[in-house]
Amino acid sequence: MLLGRTANGLYWMNRYIERAENMARLVDAGLRMALTRTQNASEEWNSVLLSAGSDAAFTQKYSDYTAANVADFLLRDTSNPSSTMASIETARNNARMVRTALTRETWESINEAWMSLKRMLAEPIDERDLPSVLDAIKRETALIRGSFYGTMLRNEIFDFSQLGTYVERADNTARILDVKYYVLLPSISWVGSTLDNYQWESILRSVSAHRSYRWVYEADYKPSNIADYLILNVRMPRSLTFCYRFLTEHLRFLGDDYGERHACHATAGKTQAMLTAGSIKDIFDAGLHEFLANFICDNTRLGDEIAQDYRFY
Amino acid sequence: MRLAAFDEMLPEISGLRKPYSAYDRWLKEQDPARLTEKMQDAERVFRKTGITFAVYGEQEASERLIPFDIVPRIISGNEWRRLTQGIEQRVQALNAFLDDIYHRQEILRAGRVPKELIARNEAFLPEMIGVRPPAGVYTHIIGVDIVRISENEFYVLEDNARTPSGVSYMLENRETMMQLFPELFQQIKVRPVENYPQLLRQSLAAVRPQSTKGAPTIAVLTPGSFNSAYFEHAFLADQMGVQLVEGQDLRVVDGHVAMRTTEGYKQIDVLYRRVDDSFLDPLTFRPDSALGVPGIMDVYRAGNITIANAPGTGIADDKAIYSYMPEIVEFYTGRKAILGNIPTWRCSEPDSLKYVLEHIDELVVKEVHGSGGYGMLVGPAATKKECEDFSKKLAAKPSNYIAQPTLALSTCPILTDKGLAPRHVDLRPYVLVSDRIQIVPGGLTRVALKEGSLVVNSSQGGGTKDTWVLDD
Repeated sequence: MLLGRTANGLYWMNRYIERAENMARLVDAGLRMALTRTQNASEEWNSVLLSAGSDAAFTQKYSDYTAANVADFLLRDTSNPSSTMASIETARNNARMVRTALTRETWESINEAWMSLKRMLAEPIDERDLPSVLDAIKRETALIRGSFYGTMLRNEIFDFSQLGTYVERADNTARILDVKYYVLLPSISWVGSTLDNYQWESILRSVSAHRSYRWVYEADYKPSNIADYLILNVRMPRSLTFCYRFLTEHLRFLGDDYGERHACHATAGKTQAMLTAGSIKDIFDAGLHEFLANFICDNTRLGDEIAQDYRFY
Repeated sequence: MRLAAFDEMLPEISGLRKPYSAYDRWLKEQDPARLTEKMQDAERVFRKTGITFAVYGEQEASERLIPFDIVPRIISGNEWRRLTQGIEQRVQALNAFLDDIYHRQEILRAGRVPKELIARNEAFLPEMIGVRPPAGVYTHIIGVDIVRISENEFYVLEDNARTPSGVSYMLENRETMMQLFPELFQQIKVRPVENYPQLLRQSLAAVRPQSTKGAPTIAVLTPGSFNSAYFEHAFLADQMGVQLVEGQDLRVVDGHVAMRTTEGYKQIDVLYRRVDDSFLDPLTFRPDSALGVPGIMDVYRAGNITIANAPGTGIADDKAIYSYMPEIVEFYTGRKAILGNIPTWRCSEPDSLKYVLEHIDELVVKEVHGSGGYGMLVGPAATKKECEDFSKKLAAKPSNYIAQPTLALSTCPILTDKGLAPRHVDLRPYVLVSDRIQIVPGGLTRVALKEGSLVVNSSQGGGTKDTWVLDD
């Protein structure tokens, strides 16, 4: 038996842990672009902010797209509710609220991540320290994930946590793709140009897949392969299909446990079926941007339905 | 002013006391540098596990640790037996008093406690008149604050019969000590405290409503994660294996209190509430309360839920009532109180008021309804101006205050940079009441960390120690 409020806390705790890490990954990818291509750095930082869904808030505060400004806004600034620091803080507040549902190891890993990031992000980040700060953020979230997977019972508590993780991750990946969808379109891109190569690598880097891509596809970046990898590849842990494989699985566990199926089961099942049946060619033919926009919309609806069906409020 | 106090480890004249002999032997073998290291380890453990408390009004330090001292406070088996007899008697009297005060009020008719003290008291809930809680128990969980002033003199300082806190520190302090010094526990037989959560759960289950079918569903009601004692609420729910609920999770469904779960509403039979009376039911008490459950008092009066502690128990631990405890104990148990009260002047009485105003620089003056060490004056430690200001407040509303002599609370050493140093302590053992009375051998020892200070409250710079009851 689980309180609706606790399920809600678990769900958001995990969404925010995922988000905290995602911000670090986006800054990492942006930093790489800025280092390798100095000409259009501000454009790259702009797309990083768009992927983070924080561009409007950023421009209210800053006029320049510089590494220091963007890193500060996406990593440290607690007035930006999606920044790494704000996300870790929200994740910890949720963890505190649902503490009785967590193993001691899980709680301590979140609490320690919060303490160490709070210390590390107390002052503006010196640009020279940025790589090590990004590493530290990824390490802290990896420790949380490790203690979570290593110690949590596979019950409804685990299921609601995973729903949060995968709804957030699917949203992140879809947004990253949508911001850069035009560089993947065959009509614009010319295979092999340096510019495109950088862009493609940046997309892969934003989801930490620039190395694993080469294990799966040929060494050269090809837009349709990149899109296939991030959307349809069932083995790639940040692909949309991967996320939906686990979303449907955890929803099925909940449905079996409670002996009841809801609207969220239908929504997740529909998206999952669409992803399994689809080919990347179909998606490109029907329009990549439209596909992603629909996906983001359905994914958001799934989150709302989960909250309603399981009495989060 | 420095009071000559009785030190529990090293009385100046008689030398080392027996309960501490084994510990002292061990301590002498330790390298002081290692002890300092252990002290830091302890702080890390607490910080990591998130054992913090919030201090109201301190924004910067919204989560603070209660300092922990690694020198245990040790009580012999004999001393403990004496204490428990006194506590049991007192707790019996408290429950009998509550039952009487909300029914026939024999004690008022007998003139042993003045009527006006009850009628005009905010802690007295007219809503509870004629209500008999399940199993007839009013106060289920009690933390009796006890002070010692010499080898054989123990006094009750306060009966916390509403929602006593701090038991999680008793448990975590022991856990920490066992982690830091496992070898000590092999050498010295200390009675265990770690089964407290199981005892609490059994005790709560035993007072379930009569109508409960099968095993009762128990929940802990917390005001939420921003409450200063939230850690403890979560800790206890976790250790008991029950749900930790907030007001927003609960509503009245079909004459029962129910919690909103992922599968719909589920009935609750026993609610261990850590929310004050006035917030419990917005329909009955404070209408602006979002921390309680609308209609829970109706369910309670119908006998369909156990609320622990019962609403209205505050009338038993009110500071104005406290001074009548010797009479109360004798009235209901037929015997003299085993554990004494500290002599108390009731400022509502003109003679007492006169005395208190004349001797304010020697006395401790407390607000009748205050708690946590707020709103009190420690005469000997206060400046002339503070005494004068307090006298004005006192003269303006005498019935709001009581006064007690400044007692030389016993001391127990703490580890400082310069080695062991005596500091004043008190003791809060935890008592569980169901069809029986159980007292966990141990409790929370609070220690005033500032040299000479008599205020042990954690909100005022107090710390804690592990409390050992020897199995001898």
